[in-house]
Amino acid sequence: MPQVQEKSDLISSPPHIKSGDSVKSIMWTVAAVLMFPAAFSVYIFGLQATLVTGVCVISGIAAEFLCQILMRRKIKVLDGSSVITGLLLGMSVPPHIPLWIPALGTVFAVVVFKEFFGGLGANIFNPALAGRAFIMLLQPLEMSSNWHLFPNGSVIANKLVTAGNFTSEAFLSITGATPLTILKNGEKFALDYNFSIENIYDFFITNNILQSLIIGNAGGCIGETSALLIFAGGLFLMWRKIISWHIPVSFIGTMALAAYIYYYNTGNPLPGFLTLIHVFSGGLFLGAFFMATDTVTTPLSARGLIVFGIGCGLITFLIRIIGGYTEGVMFAILFMNAMVPLIDRLFKPKVFGV
Amino acid sequence: MFRKIKGGVHPHDEKQSTEDKKIEFMPIPQKLFVPVHQHIGQASIPVVAVGDMVKKGQLIAETADGRGTPVHAPTSGKVTELGNYPNPIYGSSLCVVIESDGLDEWQENLLTTRNYENLTPEEMIDIIFKNGIVGMGGAAFPTHIKLAPPKDRHIDTLIVNGAECEPYLTSDHRTMMEYPDDVIKGTLIAMKILGVSKCYLGIEINKPKAIALMLEKCKGTPIEVVELETRYPQGAEKMMILAITGKEVPSGKLPMDVGCVVQNVGSLKAVADAVEKNIPLIERIVTVAGKTVKDPKNVMAKLGTPFSELFKYCGGFTGKNGKLIMGGPMMGQAQVNIEAVIVKATSGIVTISEKDVDYVPERACIRCGRCIEACTMHLMPSTLSILSEKGQHQTAQTDYNLMDCVECGCCYYVCPSRRNIVHYIRQSKAKNAMVRNAIKTGSK
Repeated sequence: MPQVQEKSDLISSPPHIKSGDSVKSIMWTVAAVLMFPAAFSVYIFGLQATLVTGVCVISGIAAEFLCQILMRRKIKVLDGSSVITGLLLGMSVPPHIPLWIPALGTVFAVVVFKEFFGGLGANIFNPALAGRAFIMLLQPLEMSSNWHLFPNGSVIANKLVTAGNFTSEAFLSITGATPLTILKNGEKFALDYNFSIENIYDFFITNNILQSLIIGNAGGCIGETSALLIFAGGLFLMWRKIISWHIPVSFIGTMALAAYIYYYNTGNPLPGFLTLIHVFSGGLFLGAFFMATDTVTTPLSARGLIVFGIGCGLITFLIRIIGGYTEGVMFAILFMNAMVPLIDRLFKPKVFGV
Repeated sequence: MFRKIKGGVHPHDEKQSTEDKKIEFMPIPQKLFVPVHQHIGQASIPVVAVGDMVKKGQLIAETADGRGTPVHAPTSGKVTELGNYPNPIYGSSLCVVIESDGLDEWQENLLTTRNYENLTPEEMIDIIFKNGIVGMGGAAFPTHIKLAPPKDRHIDTLIVNGAECEPYLTSDHRTMMEYPDDVIKGTLIAMKILGVSKCYLGIEINKPKAIALMLEKCKGTPIEVVELETRYPQGAEKMMILAITGKEVPSGKLPMDVGCVVQNVGSLKAVADAVEKNIPLIERIVTVAGKTVKDPKNVMAKLGTPFSELFKYCGGFTGKNGKLIMGGPMMGQAQVNIEAVIVKATSGIVTISEKDVDYVPERACIRCGRCIEACTMHLMPSTLSILSEKGQHQTAQTDYNLMDCVECGCCYYVCPSRRNIVHYIRQSKAKNAMVRNAIKTGSK
């Protein structure tokens, strides 16, 4: 006589089966993917880079853990979201920054911008970016100096010597800056040190700037230098269906299109080249693939995501090229984060049969 | 090329354990507990008394209103009790308890042979009603109502549903494999009743044998076999119509509003039996499956057979059960009691083993949008669930098309936060219905 159970233990409403993905698996996959650019940054910047990201990750985890204990919440620190926040923040600061600054930023990000809002899922702003904005305003100088030097900066020295009027000051201000700073301040440099703007384009071309940017061998924050690795990570996440193509494509596409139109219309001799520099440098790739795709702080529907991406691209363009700031990705995403409830309300999917 | 729908999910279909097994006729259990309330609408009223001897196929309960269906005795024997017993849909309900005499004798002058071609649609509708035929795909909507749409609707297409998109279930598949002629006969009957000339039979491509067989059998008939993508909820009426005809059933409307009627293959077999042989709906094919079932199979079981008897027939259990479900694991109802019985809507009984029960507590929505991608009705399930949590059921209805949800459960299936979104949606619908009823009674 086969044994038949008298009562089944669990009653719940259907469905009774589930797909495998959980919040935890999604978060840890993203964290694992971020490890690749983080590890590569060691190759470019040395161990200092690991130290910075490491401190950020640890302070993020510790802050979340303490916060959840003090707020008497369920301990959810193992879901990996603060690891991502720490990694992203660590990867978006200069490599030689004093460690307390990114640590403070991460704590601020996790405590104020995530836990105070109600924990993962309830935060309005991307915590990593909000934390970065905080330290950016606290320590603007530290956050925009100590860049990695161009590998063959001396080439420019010879160039400028032959162009005449070379000074060590000019050399330093150009080789010690990120490509975006050079583009932004190009005309000022040219005026100050008495050379033409073409010298700067020359400098970029001789330095194989695009190649450097794609590989990651250029000035910039720890994780935002290698466009290639970030792109590969982004593709992997798309394949795993953790992020969708909507935001990266619309964000980068809008930024590129706007930049090209601007340079073309202002009579620049190399509009395509400069557009490509804009696309591959700064935080655009890291922002578009890993920060603007944070599901919590982005719209729900596919159309909403595209609108979000276009908004990010336009604001980045405005800040970077028209405005007075060198880098606009962070503010663009934060600004669009605030727009999400509005976008959600305006761009709902078209309901079946309506 | 097969037809596709937008959205949906693709769970592992788990059909391999039963799809190639022949339907087995289960010995009649000692006692049958036939519920008089087997689907939406009013419960039927028993017309037999304790102590009566009944024959197989004899009417034992009549409809209280036009929306119900009559119930017939599944076997011959003695009515020993009219009492409340477990019902898989309603928890418990009035059942006619029949103690089998072991003879399984048909009621006289029941088994006739007629040709449907000599009958008028009205006569056939009446036969279908009298034989208690309902939709056997799971919803159990009375077939005589579905086949007689209001005169102002012009029906031009009959769609036969052989999709069977629920994991584990193979009863429709086996029906097509073993009773293809009956299915076709039933289809032709339904076509004559509806007066349509176009008919499609939709089958998911994970059933290549059924497709091949039906293609061959449908040669020379007006029935066109359509291959459909293996994707849940392909078998939902609106998805079926979209995939086959390309028409979207408008929000708040029914398939008949776009000229379509959808019938399940099992129901059509029952229609054929009723119209040509006058056999009432007293037994059905039930898939008994699940990872803990020792010998999963398809069983022809009498209505009123307790689930426990079926599991015994299938060798009992090999492990500890976490859940017992009537229907498939995506839309089926979890059962409290293993003594619940087979009703007209029981397409299968499925167990979920204890270790497969996903009992992770739900957490906050991370707005990943997977539910929106999976929603075949293109709603915003996450927003609906949050509105439900906050008690804003009216907003859900007015701004987020709450009532268009077909409760297929894809949103919960994909949710990484383990939110039972479809449950929240059902709660909202129920709350709104309560408010509506309160207003109605208040204004009277």
